[in-house]
Amino acid sequence: MRRDYENEKKDMVVVEGSYAVASAVKACRPNVISAYPITPQTHIVEELSQFIADGEIPNCEYVMVESEFSALSALVGSSAAGARSYSATTSQGLELMHEVLFNVSGMRLPVVMTIANRAVSAPINIWNDQQDSISQRDTGWIQLYAEDTQEISDMTAQAFKIAEDPDILLPVMTCMDGFILSHVYEPVVLLDDDLVAEYLPPFEPELKLDPKNPKTFGAFADPNSYTEFRYLQQQAMDKALKKIEDAADEFYDLFGRYYGGLIDTYETDDADIILMAMGSIVGTIKDVIDKLRANGVKVGLLKVRSFRPFPVEAIHNVIKDAKVVVALDKNISIGLNEGALFTETKGSLYNTKIDVPVIGFMIGQGGRDIPVETIENIVDEAKKVMDSGITVESQFTDLKEELL
Amino acid sequence: MKSLLAPGHRGCAGCCDAMAAKFTLMAAGEDCIVVSPTGCLEVMTTPYPESSWEIPWIHSLFENNAAVASGIEAALKAKGEMGKTKIIAMGGDGATLDIGMRSVSGAFERGHDFTFVCIDNEAYMNTGVQRSGATPFAASTTTSPAGTVSFGNIRPKKNMPAIIAAHGSPYVATTSIGYPKDMIRKVKAAVDVEGPTYVHAHAPCTTGWGFDTSKTVEVAKMAVETCLWPLYEMEDGEITKVKKVKNPKPVEDYLKMQRRFKHLFTKEGGDEMIKKIQALADENIEKFGLQ
Ligand SMILES: Cc1ncc(C[n+]2csc(CCOP(=O)(O)OP(=O)(O)O)c2C)c(N)n1
Ligand code: SF4
Repeated sequence: MRRDYENEKKDMVVVEGSYAVASAVKACRPNVISAYPITPQTHIVEELSQFIADGEIPNCEYVMVESEFSALSALVGSSAAGARSYSATTSQGLELMHEVLFNVSGMRLPVVMTIANRAVSAPINIWNDQQDSISQRDTGWIQLYAEDTQEISDMTAQAFKIAEDPDILLPVMTCMDGFILSHVYEPVVLLDDDLVAEYLPPFEPELKLDPKNPKTFGAFADPNSYTEFRYLQQQAMDKALKKIEDAADEFYDLFGRYYGGLIDTYETDDADIILMAMGSIVGTIKDVIDKLRANGVKVGLLKVRSFRPFPVEAIHNVIKDAKVVVALDKNISIGLNEGALFTETKGSLYNTKIDVPVIGFMIGQGGRDIPVETIENIVDEAKKVMDSGITVESQFTDLKEELL
Repeated sequence: MKSLLAPGHRGCAGCCDAMAAKFTLMAAGEDCIVVSPTGCLEVMTTPYPESSWEIPWIHSLFENNAAVASGIEAALKAKGEMGKTKIIAMGGDGATLDIGMRSVSGAFERGHDFTFVCIDNEAYMNTGVQRSGATPFAASTTTSPAGTVSFGNIRPKKNMPAIIAAHGSPYVATTSIGYPKDMIRKVKAAVDVEGPTYVHAHAPCTTGWGFDTSKTVEVAKMAVETCLWPLYEMEDGEITKVKKVKNPKPVEDYLKMQRRFKHLFTKEGGDEMIKKIQALADENIEKFGLQ
């Protein structure tokens, strides 16, 4: 925790989360933006359109596509042609992009896309959970989750830096909770253009669609070579573990703000119970921790910032001495009755010497409010595990029996 | 004229797609970027680590080559590199008329400066000759087979050139790989006109249509000579040039050459279907003033 806002108060403005993101994108000097509106991402693309209409993003084209499928497809072309390329979407839009997501990562195109996380249909629901991006976890994109407006804004610059690193060349999804972050007005320090220019060098890929140096992109790979392409993608993800940390550190050096690299921690050093979570719920959990700590409960928080690559080592280092670990998930793998953070954390412990019980809660589906009491109840469940062992590994929270 | 499609691709002998790609590149020259979706052309020209393309080439999905081309254009514009480089999206009839339709429509409506070349071999060849929106009336394909009660595909060809013209494209042309000079001239005209332009190339597929590998050009010419495939150009939505056909040949001569129409000559009621096809050709003569 190197967070240091105090001396920045004078630079703060109160803006909507979407505006903070759009403003961050502007500071990153993209050449091509393409997106299709969908709630709660809409304000981001509206703000960007306005910036372009006002000539505030030089050398940038906005491609007003007819669908999300084409939005990301346009960025396949633009990124391959050497343009810094950006999009934003959520939920149905992201699911529609599914096939193109693989294409972008497979061709190693460093596109950056903000996801204003939202539940997926059916039933149709526009409110926040993280099922949309979690459902895309195997598409080869780096996935970062932000805790608040300041973080998603700053993460945007970090994302381009990570994606465009010649050792990485992978697309990055920066995820913010829909409405909770996208529509909230919070004081933030908007990214300073000059500092970002220092932080983020121009995008100059070694290979691009260039008639002076013709190359074939996205060739047809048979069983002789396909495996190696996949291997190299995985290798880039492995390297990204360090680059994500570096990007956060370098950002701290220049801007003085830090929210963690792969992960962040809060009160974990002596914690018996460690709660794991991603996104805006982290803020609520911190409040609960403050309250419980005051009552002598040794509870801490492990915030997961990078879900892909999954930071196994960083997580193990934090949880290895805990008595119980609780993963909170705003998503579910139906048929397994587990959320992704839970499954992956639990799975990562197998074949290690770390012997800590892990339990999971599916929480806040479709935008259901997560009150402080819910988190407190979850901590109570964790205490029971400490006393008498696991009774239920993974469960829904706050089910309304009368609706079942 | 230098061929920018290297020999040694893996298409069938007598492959129409290879010819279409070759002619397109002859027209465009070296300073171009090509996008092609999944389909025969892509599979046969880019088996990693080899590539037949001597210009920058990128694969798109089966359904989005016009959108990928839009992005390339946007990138060149944004970076001030939009000079002489031609952007060409080249896709099969399935990729153009069916699955890629929305992305094609979007790109034409937005008015990007690129040329779309549809290689119309009248079915999904890469997956084994299934019916597409461009499959002609009464053709037998593996998903619209002729059978005891069926004469094959019952729907007429989707009129893609008209749909594109309705988007306000400044230049739309039909051509055929049976007429290389015509095709090269039209693609050249298309790439030279600013804005989204379209060339629809009729491309007989030896494997899918069932004719000898040496006959691709002959079959292609017969489609034009029977008036089943009229060659014309449209500027700003108006037909401005038409290739006249002096003495149209009976459609039977064309149908007989191909396995996909074989049932019309063996099955009871086939002659009625042939009459209907002749009526389609007669309609073209009338509509496009082919004589
Ligand atoms: C989304 C999707 N559906 C289906 C396919 C399978 N597929 C690959 S090529 C092809 C047909 C291509 O037909 P066409 O565009 O006419 O080109 P041709 O091979 O005939 O030249 C199909 C159906 C695919 N690649 N992607
Ligand atoms: S099936 Fe037809 S289009 Fe495909 S490679 Fe063979 S001849 Fe060419």
